[in-house]
Amino acid sequence: MPPTPTPRAAGAGPASAALVDLGFVPTRAKLIEVAAFLDRVERHGVADDYRVEALRNAVRLLADGQPGRAQRILESLSDPTTVPDEVSTGKAAYGAYKSRT
Amino acid sequence: MRYIEPHGHMVSRTTDDYEAMVLAGCQAVCEPAFWAGFDRTSADGFRDYFRQITEYEPARAAKFLLPHFSWLCINPKEAEDLALAADVVALIPEFLAKPNVLGIGEIGLNRNTRNELKVLEWHIDVAVKHDQLILVHTPHLEDKLKGTQLIVDVLKSHPGVKPGRVIIDHVEEHTITRVLDHGFWAGITLYPDSKSSPPRAVDMVEITGGERLWLNSACDWGVSDPLAVPKAALEMRRRGYSADWIDRMLYRNPLQFLSQCPKFRLGEASAG
Ligand SMILES: [Zn+2]
Repeated sequence: MPPTPTPRAAGAGPASAALVDLGFVPTRAKLIEVAAFLDRVERHGVADDYRVEALRNAVRLLADGQPGRAQRILESLSDPTTVPDEVSTGKAAYGAYKSRT
Repeated sequence: MRYIEPHGHMVSRTTDDYEAMVLAGCQAVCEPAFWAGFDRTSADGFRDYFRQITEYEPARAAKFLLPHFSWLCINPKEAEDLALAADVVALIPEFLAKPNVLGIGEIGLNRNTRNELKVLEWHIDVAVKHDQLILVHTPHLEDKLKGTQLIVDVLKSHPGVKPGRVIIDHVEEHTITRVLDHGFWAGITLYPDSKSSPPRAVDMVEITGGERLWLNSACDWGVSDPLAVPKAALEMRRRGYSADWIDRMLYRNPLQFLSQCPKFRLGEASAG
């Protein structure tokens, strides 16, 4: 397999520093949204919803220090079964997997 | 800059959107057949929709000098009703010769059911029989991983399918290599709230190398952004990508895939 050509223009070093300059504040805001959401559902007594449980599991992956966080979190929120369903449970997905058995 | 919007549901958009896309550098838009937000009750409803995306919508786009192409199918959200699906699949061939039709799409799965899978197989048969390109929709959220694997399995098991003529769309970090590793093209969809953001899309380009990839907005009647592709170009520029690389990702890559259909020809203005 040929080496992946770099997409960067020559001398584009400062662009990597800008990732943090531009990305930190919006990402900080999203993290606080997650924290406030978990506080909110506890305060309102709905923290045992399977989707909230899935989110708590995903947060553990976020903080485990290993790479591939986005991929691993998406996998943790996915239906792990491999056989097609006999009947549809409705048009819309829910965002986290709940066993249908 | 120039780019191709390879996946936009323009019947849901206004002429303001056409104007904004052209001003941002859009050279062509491709419209896959899609769910209307409600279930159609007969094949005649689809016949009218196919006329809309093969006759009326190209004329509306032409007022903004934007070439418009389309893909035909019954989408997986309406594929639970096998009798209706059979009627719709049967009327597809009469539209395949329309000058703007690129292939069969966006077929695929929604909730990963047996009926959806059966209708997916019917569509693949039609595509192979008529030597058409294939555009595949992968399911949403928790259904995407399983659905992508089922789709890859059914495509790989069909002896007439050439992976290089199939694009599997709406990939995310957990499905992209599962598509690319089998020789298919992969599409990354840029949505404000789900699927991928421009920064995540550019991450996936960096990690996989950008071969056999396109980016699209999939703009429709829901929360979506018809300028999402040029916004991804801005993200690439912020990261120091060269203009040539951006042109490759947003123009030459989709051009390479779509040009496998001889009807996908852009005018002199976009040559370069
Ligand atoms: Zn679509």
